[in-house]
Amino acid sequence: MTNYNQPELLACISAKMVVDNKGYFVGSGIPLISVLLAKKTHAPNAVPFFETGSIGPKLEELPISIADSKTMTRAIAVKSMCDIFELSTIGVIEYGFLGGAQVDMYGNLNATMIGDDYYRPKVRLPGSGGACDVGSLCGKTIILMLHEKRRFVPRVDFITTPGYLEGGNSREERGFIKGTGPYRVITNLAVMDFEEESKRMRLLYLLPGATVERVVENTGFELIIPDHIETLDPPTREELQLLREVLDPTGLIIGRQLKN
Amino acid sequence: MRILATGVGKLIKPVPSSDQVQQETRTLKSLALTNKVMSAKEAVQRYVQENDYVVSELTGNVRGPMALIREVVRQGFKDLKAAGNTSTLDIDLLLQAGCVKELDLCYVGYELLGTSYTMRKMIEEGKLKITEWSNATMAWRLKAAAMGVPFLPCRSMLEGTDTFKYSAAKIAECPFSGDRVCVVPALRPDVALIHVHRCDIYGNAQIDGITGSTLEVAAASKKVIISTEKIIDHDEIRKNPERTAIPYFMVNAVVEAPFGAHPGNMPYLYDMDVEHYKEYINYCKTGEGIKEYFNKFIYNVPDNDGYLKLIGEERLEELKRKEQIRYKYREE
Repeated sequence: MTNYNQPELLACISAKMVVDNKGYFVGSGIPLISVLLAKKTHAPNAVPFFETGSIGPKLEELPISIADSKTMTRAIAVKSMCDIFELSTIGVIEYGFLGGAQVDMYGNLNATMIGDDYYRPKVRLPGSGGACDVGSLCGKTIILMLHEKRRFVPRVDFITTPGYLEGGNSREERGFIKGTGPYRVITNLAVMDFEEESKRMRLLYLLPGATVERVVENTGFELIIPDHIETLDPPTREELQLLREVLDPTGLIIGRQLKN
Repeated sequence: MRILATGVGKLIKPVPSSDQVQQETRTLKSLALTNKVMSAKEAVQRYVQENDYVVSELTGNVRGPMALIREVVRQGFKDLKAAGNTSTLDIDLLLQAGCVKELDLCYVGYELLGTSYTMRKMIEEGKLKITEWSNATMAWRLKAAAMGVPFLPCRSMLEGTDTFKYSAAKIAECPFSGDRVCVVPALRPDVALIHVHRCDIYGNAQIDGITGSTLEVAAASKKVIISTEKIIDHDEIRKNPERTAIPYFMVNAVVEAPFGAHPGNMPYLYDMDVEHYKEYINYCKTGEGIKEYFNKFIYNVPDNDGYLKLIGEERLEELKRKEQIRYKYREE
C-alpha cells in the first residue's frame, strides 16, 4: 500500500465528490486542490469560481490568497465580488467547499468565535468571509473538517454559516433558497451526509483505516449510523503522483498539518 | 415592507440620505479636468479626517493601497472606523497602530499564511467595537451606496445565523413575492483608498485583473484617494476608454506610488513578498519586534520612496521577475 498523509487523503476523497460540468466555490486550501485533482482525472470541466472574481482559471500554480493573480491564470473571465455572489444566487455555482472550527449535527458551521460571549470571546477567529454566503446560496455545500470531538459539537458556539439550522424544515422556513444546504461532510475518518427528513448528520462511508467506533468516539453528538457502511478506497498511486508532482510540487497545501 | 427581524449589531455608518449624497457629489465630485496629483502625505492630510469611515481595496494581500495605509498610520489617526472585508495586512496595520476603533467585520486574517493576531487580541480583550457581516453582504452594501439606493435585499445571511444576529441588517418580507429576504443597508464610506495599475493626472484609472469590490467602493465613497503604479498620459485613457475602471470625477487625489501594494501582489507586475508577511505575522504573534517594525518601515521613513529603499532594489526586482515570468503567455 502506498503511504499518504491526511491532507492527501482528504484531497483525494473530496476530489471524488466533484462532478464534471458543475461550478465550484473554491478557497485556497484543500478544496482547491481537490477540484484540480478531479479536473485531472474524472471531471475535466469542473469549473472553479473564486469569490473575489475569477471564473474558470487553469491554475498552473497554487494561489496563497483567494485574490492573488495566480487565481486568474488563463481564466475565462474576471469579474467583481458582487458578480460572483449574484451568479451563485441564481444557481450557476452549485457547489461550495467550506471548513470551520466547529460543526454540529445539522451541518451549521462556526468560523467566527469560540466562547459564550460574542463581545468577549475566548478565541476570536477570522470571521465569515464568504462562508455564510456560500453556505446560504449554494445548492450543495461540502464541509471539510478534522474529525475531533471538540470540533463535532452538539451546538456550535456561533452559527457563522447556516446548515440545516435546527433540522427538519427550519432552513427553508427562514427563507433560505429551497434545495440549498450541506451535502457532504468529509473528515479524516469518514464521509457523512444528512438524513432526508430530520436533516441530521449520518455516516455514509468510512475512510481507509477508520472504524465506526473511532468515528463515534470522535463525534460530540449522536450520528445516525446505518446498518451497512462501505469503506472507501485509499488514494491511488496515480492520484498521489498528480498531487505531489503536478498540482502541489512545493507542498503548499498537501505538505501542511491539518487544522482550521 | 414588513420587518421580521433586526440584527443587534451597531450600524457603524448610518445609511446616507439621497439628498445629502447629491449635495456632497456636487461639491466633492467635480467634472472639471483638474490635475489631482499630490504626495501621499498631502492626500491623506486633505482627505482623511479623524472619525472618518475608511475602506481599503482590494485586499492587503493583493492590489492593496499599502503605501496609502502606511501614510495613514504615519499621520497618527486614533479614531477611524473601517471595513474589515477580505482584509489582511491593510487593516492589521491600522489596528496595530491604534488608528481604528470600530470595524465592520467579515474577514481579517492571512488565509494560508495565518491569523491576524492583532485583530484577535483586540477583540478578545474587548478593545475593538465590531459589527458582523459576510463578504457578499458587505459587497452588496457598497453596491447599494454606489447605486444611490438605501438598501438591497439578498438571499444570504438570513435569520438563524449568528452572522445575521450580530449584524445591523434586517429580515423583511418581499413586498412582491412574500419571500424572506435579508435587507442590507447601503454603506457610504467617507474615504476610499484604492491602488491601481495606471491612472492619468485627473484620476482616470485602469485596473488589470479582478476588481473585487473596488468599483463599488469608488462609486460609493464620499472621497476617493487613488495611488497608482504609474501616471499615464490622458491620451492613453482616450485610446482605450473601455479600460477605464474608475472615471476621474469619482477621484479626489492621485498619488504616484510604484510598488504601492508591497508587500502584496500587484497582478501581472510583482509577486507577493511572502517573507515580509511571515515576519510581520510572527512579530504580532510574539509581540516582540512589532514596535521596531513600525519604527523601521513607517515612522522613521518619510514616504513610499524611503520605504522602498529599505526593502531594497534586489528584492523588488526579484518580485517583479517572479510575477512577470508567470504571465509571459499574455504577450503571445
